[in-house]
Amino acid sequence: MYSAIVFLPLAGAIIAGFFGRALGPRGSEVVTSGFLIISAILACIAFTQGGGTQVVTVLPWMESGSFAVDWSLRIDALTRVMLVVVTVVSSVVHVYSIGYMSHDPHRPRFFAYLSLFTFAMLMLVTADNFLQLFFGWEGVGLASYLLIGFWYKKPSANAAAIKAFIVNRVGDFGFALGIMATFFVFDTVDFTSVFQAVPSKADDTFFFLGFEVHVMTTICLLLFMGAMGKSAQFFLHTWLPDAMEGPTPVSALIHAATMVTAGVFLVCRCSPMFEYAPGALAVVTVIGATTAFFAATIGLFQNDIKRVIAYSTCSQLGYMFFAAGVSAYGAAMFHLFTHAFFKALLFLGAGSVIHAMSDEQDMRKMGGLQTMLPITWSFMVVGTLALTGVGIPFTSIGFAGFASKDAVIELAYAAGTSVGMYAFVMGVVAALMTSFYSWRLIFMTFHGPHRASNEVIKKVHESGNVMLIPLVVLVAGSIVAGAFFKDFFIGSKSDSFWGEAIYVADHGAHAKYDHAAIDHDAHGSDTAEHAAADEHGTAVDTHTDSHAEDAGHGGGHGHHPPDWVVLMPVLVTVLGFAIAWYFYISRPDLPPKIAARRNPIYLFLYNKWYFDELYDFIFVRPARWLGRMLWKQGDGWFIDGFGPDGVSARVLDTTKRVIQLQTGYIYHYAFAMLIGVAILTTVFAVRAF
Amino acid sequence: MDTVPWLSLITFLPLVGVLLIATLGSDDSEIIKRNVRNVALFTTIATFIVSLFIWVNFDYTTAEFQFVEKFDWLGAGGQCSVDGAVPSDGSLQLPCYHMGVDGISMLFVILTTFLMPFCILASWNAINERVSQYMMAFLVLETLMIGVFCALDLVLFYVFFEGGLIPMFLIIGIWGGARRIYATFKFFLYTLLGSVLMLLAMMAMYWNAGTTDIPTLLAHDFPASMQTWLWLAFFASFAVKMPMWPVHTWLPDAHVEAPTAGSVILAGILLKMGGYGFIRFSLPMFPVASEVFAPLVFTLSVVAIIYTSLVALAQEDMKKLIAYSSVAHMGFVTMGIFSAAVPRPDTGAYVVQGLQGGIIQMLSHGFISGALFLCVGVIYDRMHTREIAAYGGLVNRMPIYAFAFMVFTMANVGLPGTSGFVGEFLTLLGAYQVNTWVAFFATTGVILSAAYALWLYRQVVFGELQKESLKQIADLSPREIAVLAPLIIATLFFGIYPKPLFDVTKVSVDNLVEEHQSSMASYHSANSVAVVGPDQTEGN
Repeated sequence: MYSAIVFLPLAGAIIAGFFGRALGPRGSEVVTSGFLIISAILACIAFTQGGGTQVVTVLPWMESGSFAVDWSLRIDALTRVMLVVVTVVSSVVHVYSIGYMSHDPHRPRFFAYLSLFTFAMLMLVTADNFLQLFFGWEGVGLASYLLIGFWYKKPSANAAAIKAFIVNRVGDFGFALGIMATFFVFDTVDFTSVFQAVPSKADDTFFFLGFEVHVMTTICLLLFMGAMGKSAQFFLHTWLPDAMEGPTPVSALIHAATMVTAGVFLVCRCSPMFEYAPGALAVVTVIGATTAFFAATIGLFQNDIKRVIAYSTCSQLGYMFFAAGVSAYGAAMFHLFTHAFFKALLFLGAGSVIHAMSDEQDMRKMGGLQTMLPITWSFMVVGTLALTGVGIPFTSIGFAGFASKDAVIELAYAAGTSVGMYAFVMGVVAALMTSFYSWRLIFMTFHGPHRASNEVIKKVHESGNVMLIPLVVLVAGSIVAGAFFKDFFIGSKSDSFWGEAIYVADHGAHAKYDHAAIDHDAHGSDTAEHAAADEHGTAVDTHTDSHAEDAGHGGGHGHHPPDWVVLMPVLVTVLGFAIAWYFYISRPDLPPKIAARRNPIYLFLYNKWYFDELYDFIFVRPARWLGRMLWKQGDGWFIDGFGPDGVSARVLDTTKRVIQLQTGYIYHYAFAMLIGVAILTTVFAVRAF
Repeated sequence: MDTVPWLSLITFLPLVGVLLIATLGSDDSEIIKRNVRNVALFTTIATFIVSLFIWVNFDYTTAEFQFVEKFDWLGAGGQCSVDGAVPSDGSLQLPCYHMGVDGISMLFVILTTFLMPFCILASWNAINERVSQYMMAFLVLETLMIGVFCALDLVLFYVFFEGGLIPMFLIIGIWGGARRIYATFKFFLYTLLGSVLMLLAMMAMYWNAGTTDIPTLLAHDFPASMQTWLWLAFFASFAVKMPMWPVHTWLPDAHVEAPTAGSVILAGILLKMGGYGFIRFSLPMFPVASEVFAPLVFTLSVVAIIYTSLVALAQEDMKKLIAYSSVAHMGFVTMGIFSAAVPRPDTGAYVVQGLQGGIIQMLSHGFISGALFLCVGVIYDRMHTREIAAYGGLVNRMPIYAFAFMVFTMANVGLPGTSGFVGEFLTLLGAYQVNTWVAFFATTGVILSAAYALWLYRQVVFGELQKESLKQIADLSPREIAVLAPLIIATLFFGIYPKPLFDVTKVSVDNLVEEHQSSMASYHSANSVAVVGPDQTEGN
C-alpha cells in the first residue's frame, strides 16, 4: 500500500509527461488527478490505521566500503502525517488546477510536473536514510524550479526559478556537509542506526575546519542550514516571495503547504539528534522566531496579494521552527498540519480572485469583490480566521490555527529559557501583525469601493465548481483540523500517536509538561493523568501534581502558563483586526497618504529589508566579476601568457635573435668564440680552487 | 580461460573498419561518403557488442587482471608466456605484449566502445569533407583509447597513450573551427611537456625494477626518494590530461575548435586517461609520494572546482562553458582519488569512498559531458554558432530537445537520481573523511555549478523565441533522438541503480586501498622514527 501511495504520482507524472500529447490535456488531467486521489485515500487509510515503524526496502542504491544506502520507505507516525498532508493538498490542487489552468496550452506538462513534485515530496517524507531524504529534497527543488518557471516566456519567472534553485542549493551545501559529517561520525546514514547511536556520541567532539567542536551541535547546525534554505528562513528566505511568479496552484501546493515545510519535517525527523544538541536547538529557536517576526513586518505593506500570503507563509514557518527549537516537535508538526490546510485555502482563494480579476494581483486595484465572489470571500474569511487563530480561550473551540498557533506560542513561553522567551515575544508580536495583514488583505480585496477598471469588473465571475468544490476539503480542514486532532498531536494521545517517531530527551522535559499545560484548560481534571502518561510511559504513578513538583521536568515553572500568556495571542489578534478595520474600512484614505510620505521605516519594510539588493551586492555581482577576471586575467593573461603563448613567443623571439646573430662576418664568430673560451676558462679556473 | 584474445579483438576491431574504409576509396562522392559512414557505424557498433562480452563474463570477485594476453613482440622469448619466468639474475626483462583488465579499467573500455557509435552518428551530416579520412582517424583513435585501458606493459601503455594524441590533433586540426591551428598547437605544447617527463620516469622505473610489466611493477617497492620524482613526472602528464588547474587552458580552446564528435571523445574518454593513470600508476606504485603530495592535489582540485566554476559563469560560448564545467568536475575526481592516499585523521584508516566515487564520476561524466556537447552540436548544426546570446526560447520549437538538455543539465548539476550525483557525493564523502576543509570548499561547487548550468539553460532554451533566425529551427531528428535517448537512459539508470558499476569496481577498489594501507604501514615501520601516528593537528 505504501508503495502505491508513493509511486502512483510518479506513474501519473510519467504518463502525462511522455504521453501527454497522445492523451490530450483532458486525459492527462484525469490520469494524474485520479492517481493522486487514490493515493490520498490510501494515505488517509494508513493514517487511521496507525501502527509502529515499518521499513520497506525497495532497491540498493550505493555501496562503497562501509557506506551502504538503499532506496526504502520508512513509515512511522511522522511519515503518516506528512503523507496525508501531501497527498490531500496535492489532490485538491490537482483538481483545482483543472479549472485554473483551463486556458493554458501546456496542461499535460503542468500536471506532469505537479505529480512529479508530489512523488519527490513523498520520497522525502518516506526516506529511511539521509541520502534518500536528500534525493527527495533536491527532487522537490527541481519540481519547484520547473513549476516556478512554468511560464517560461516570462523573464521574471525564469529569474525566480533560478533564484529558488540556487538559494536552496546554498542550504543544501550545509545539508550535504551535514550528511557527510553524520557518516564520518556514525559510519552510516540510516536513520534507525544513527538515532540509536546518538546517545553514545552525546559529548563527543571532532575536528571541523580546524576547530574542535561538539559533534551533535555541528551536525545539527549543518542539517538545519538545509532546512533554512528549503523552508525560507531568515537569510535564505529571498527566493520564496519571488517564487510567486509560478501559477497560483503551485504556490498553494509547493510554497505553502508542502515543500517549504520540509525543513520543519527534517528537524522533527532528526529530533533524536537535535535533542543532544542544545546549542543547535537554541539557534533553531532564534532563527525561527526572528523569521516569524521579520517576515510578518514585510507582509504588512505588500500590495501583491500573493506576496502577502507568501510572507505570511515564511512567518508561519518561523513559528514551526521555534516550536521545534523548544523541543515541542509535536506542536511544530501540528502547526505544519493545520497550516497546510488554511494556507493552501488562502492561496487557492487568492487564485480564484486573480482568475476572476483577469490575472490582476495588485490589491490596490481590487476592492468590493465581496458581492461578486461571495463563495470565494467566505472561503478566504475562513482561511483568515484559521490563520489568525480565532477561538475562545480556555476552551478547545476555535479554528485550526487557534489550536496550533496558540499552542506554539504558549509552549515557547513555557520552555522557560531565554531563547524561549525571545520566541514568545516575537511570536506574539508576529501574531499581531499576522492579524493586521490578513484582514488588510480581506478588506483591500473584498471590501470598500471597486478600484479596478470597468472592463475587468465586467468580467469578474465566481469560479466554476471544479475550483470551488476541492476547496471545501480545505475549508473543512481549516475549521475542524485543530480541535479534532489536537489530542493526537500534542494532547493526551500524543505519546501513543507519535510512538518512536519523535524523541524528547529527559532534560528537555518541558515538552512533556507542555502537553499537560495545554490539556489543563481543555480537559480540566484529566490533566494530571495526561501529564503522567506523557512521561514516555515511564511514570505509572498518577499522583495529581507529579509534573508540578518534579523539578527536573518542570524546571521550577508552573506546569501551565499563566492566564495572560494564554490570552495574549487572542488579544493581539483582535487588536490586529481592529487596526486593519480602522485603516482600511473606517479611514481608507490614510494608507495611501502614509505610503506617499515615504517614511524610512515604511520604505525599509516595503523593500523587504533590502535583502535582495544586499545579496546582489555581496554575492551575485562579485561572482560574475570574479568569473570574468579569472577568465581574462587568470587564464588569459597569467596562465596562457606565461604558459603556452609565452613559451611560443619566447621561442620565436629567440629564433629571431639567433637569425640576427648569423651575420656572416667571420670576425663576429671569432669574437663570440673568444668570449666563450674566456668564460669556460674562468669557470674551470674558479672550480679548480 | 578460453583462448580467444578478447581484449585484442576489441582493441583492433576498429582497425578492420579502417582497412575496409581504405578500400572504399577516398574521394568525396556521395555514394562513397554513405558507405564510409555505414562502415564506421557498423564497426563501432560491432566493437561495442563484442566489448559487452567482457562485462558479461567479468568475474566480480577478484581484483586480479582478467582476460589476460601475454606474448612476445620484441624478442623477449619465453618471458612472455602468461606465467612467464622473470629473469632471476636481476637482468632487465624485455617488454611484452601484455593486455588485461581489472574492475577499474574494464568499465572504461565499455565507456569507450559505448560512446563511439554516437560520435559517428553525430558526425553523420556535420562532416562533409574528407569523410573517409575523418572516419579512419576516429577508428584509429578508438583502437588507441581501448589499448590504453587494456595495456599491462609500460611500453605498450605509452604507445597507446601518446599515440592517441595524433588522431586527435588531426581531428581538431583538419575538421576544426576557425582557430583550430592555435588550439592544436596549445594542446600539443601542454601534452608534450607531460609526455617527455613521463617517458623519462618510465625509463627510470625500468632500470630500477628491471621490468616494464605493470602487474610486476604494482608489486614492486620503489625507494621513497625515487617515488617523489617519479610521482611528479607522472603527475605532469596526467594533470595535463585531466586537466587540472593550472594546466587546463588547452581544454576550452580544444573543445571550441573541435568538431562535435571530437569534443565528445575529448571530454568523454581522453580526459579520463589522466584519472585512470592516477589510479593505475601514481596511487598504487608510488604510495608514499601519493600521500606526501595529496595535499597538493587537494589544493589544485579545490582551486579547479571554484576557479573554473566561476570562470564558467562568465562564458559567452556554450562549448567553453561546458569545457570549464568539465575541468571543475575533474577536480572532484582528482580530489576523490587522492582522498584514498591519506588516512583519516581520527582512526588512521584509509577510505575507499573517494576513489570509488572518482571512478563513478569519471564514467558518468563520460556520458553526461559527452551528451552536453552533443546537445550543443545539435543546435550548432542548425545555426552554425555557439554563442549563447544567439539563442533563446528554443523550447517553443524544440520541446524534445529542451527535455533532453534539461536532463543533462540537471545531471551536470549533480541532482540526486542522476549518475552525476553518485560520483560527486562519494568523492566529497571521501574527501570529508580525510580533510574537512577540502570537502567544505569543494562542496561550494554544487552551488556554483547550479548557477552556471541553469543560467546557460535559461539563456538558450527558455524565454520568448524572438530571434528571426530561430523561427524555423526544427526539433530533434530521429537520428538525434537515437543518439541522445540511450544517454538519457544511462544517466538516469545509473543514477537510481548504480549497483552494476559498484559491483564491477568494488573488489579492485577495495584491494587497491588495502594494498596502499599495507605498503604505508610497512613504510612507516621501516622508518619507525618517522612514525608519529595519525596527525591530529593538521588534517581534520
